[in-house]
Amino acid sequence: MLIALLAEGAAHGHTPDDAPPAFPPFETWHMPGQLFWLAILFTTLYLAMSRWILPKLSDTLEKRSDRIASDLDQAARLNDQATEAQQALELRVAQARNKARETSEKASEKMEAEMAAETSRVDAEIAKKLEAADARIATLRSNAMANVEQIAVDTAEAMTARFGLKASAGDLKSAVSAAMEKK
Amino acid sequence: MTFLMPSVAIDPIHQFQVSKWLDLNIGGVDLSFTNASGFMLLGVVLTIAFFGVAASKGLLVPSRLQSMAEIGYGFVADMVRGAAGEEGLKFFPFVFTLFFFIFFANMIGMVPYAFTTTSHIIVTAALALLVISIVIGYGFYKNGLKFFKLFAPSGAPFLIYFLLVPIEVISFFARPLTLALRLFANMLAGHIMLKLFAGFAVTLIGAGIAYVPVALLAFSMGVALNALEFLVAGLQAYVFAILTCVYLNDALHPSH
Repeated sequence: MLIALLAEGAAHGHTPDDAPPAFPPFETWHMPGQLFWLAILFTTLYLAMSRWILPKLSDTLEKRSDRIASDLDQAARLNDQATEAQQALELRVAQARNKARETSEKASEKMEAEMAAETSRVDAEIAKKLEAADARIATLRSNAMANVEQIAVDTAEAMTARFGLKASAGDLKSAVSAAMEKK
Repeated sequence: MTFLMPSVAIDPIHQFQVSKWLDLNIGGVDLSFTNASGFMLLGVVLTIAFFGVAASKGLLVPSRLQSMAEIGYGFVADMVRGAAGEEGLKFFPFVFTLFFFIFFANMIGMVPYAFTTTSHIIVTAALALLVISIVIGYGFYKNGLKFFKLFAPSGAPFLIYFLLVPIEVISFFARPLTLALRLFANMLAGHIMLKLFAGFAVTLIGAGIAYVPVALLAFSMGVALNALEFLVAGLQAYVFAILTCVYLNDALHPSH
């Protein structure tokens, strides 16, 4: 039914007394004109595109890609520079650290050396003093010993005198020293 | 019912009618400027205007319009490069022109009451013949007689060539025919369908209140078909252009 309606509608499309209309795309009268204008217009469009628009577009695209490439180059270069700077910085930090360590080591070494020198000096002084003291003690002792001998001689003289004997000073002395040496 | 609708509203063929706008007769040949020529002129003017405005500034950071033009440029360039290789790029301006000529003609045809220039076989046939002439002309210019290798792909057993060569020859000469008919038939059939469904909807509403639901159905069909036709308009321009590239590839590299 719908088809019938449609057909009826289509049938009203042209009045019956009209000649059946030709199918326009197959009519020939307009074909030369169509070709003529197509040739002109297509050529116009082709020329406009190839001479003006496409070079312009490709120029723009090229310029942009050049710019992007150069920007990327520059970015890479700056990045390299930054890396270099960072490496230099790290190097200098390391150097500074080494130097600081060296300085502190040197300082501590120096201090140790000073301390050692001071210690040895003091030690030597002490040793010297000890030696002097020892020497004095030895002197005192030998003096004392000498006094002891004298006392022994005097005592022996006194004792022999008590016994009513008379001994020469030389005999007494040698006897005392012999006795002392014996022990 | 009839008086509600002008007769032209129903006749789906009427939209293809060519009518003279300006009489022009040169040497007994009717070269009149017709509505077909007018809409073709409109397409060309719009194409040039669009790309002219879009490309004129050449901004480093493109505007939207310039972006569209650049995308079109890249799209066609990729198409040519993909189908015909780097050497095919010498035909880039031609393919670009062809694509946008057909694209704008098809799109203008989607505007109600506009004339679809690509729905006339004389136009599509002329374009197809132009393409094939360039393929043959350039094929012989570049390859000389080696262009005939196109009809005899290497590597087949000898006896097969008796079968292969005629097939290749026929398929080669079918190309302009199919190229012309595909675009023509698609645009013609699509616009007839659109007109039919739109006219159908109007007719049904005219037929009475009871038919309104059916009319709405027909109308929504028309809307859906409209979307489809937009797709077809773009697609057929693309198909025409990519086949041109494929054929140009044969002219550039005939021995495959």
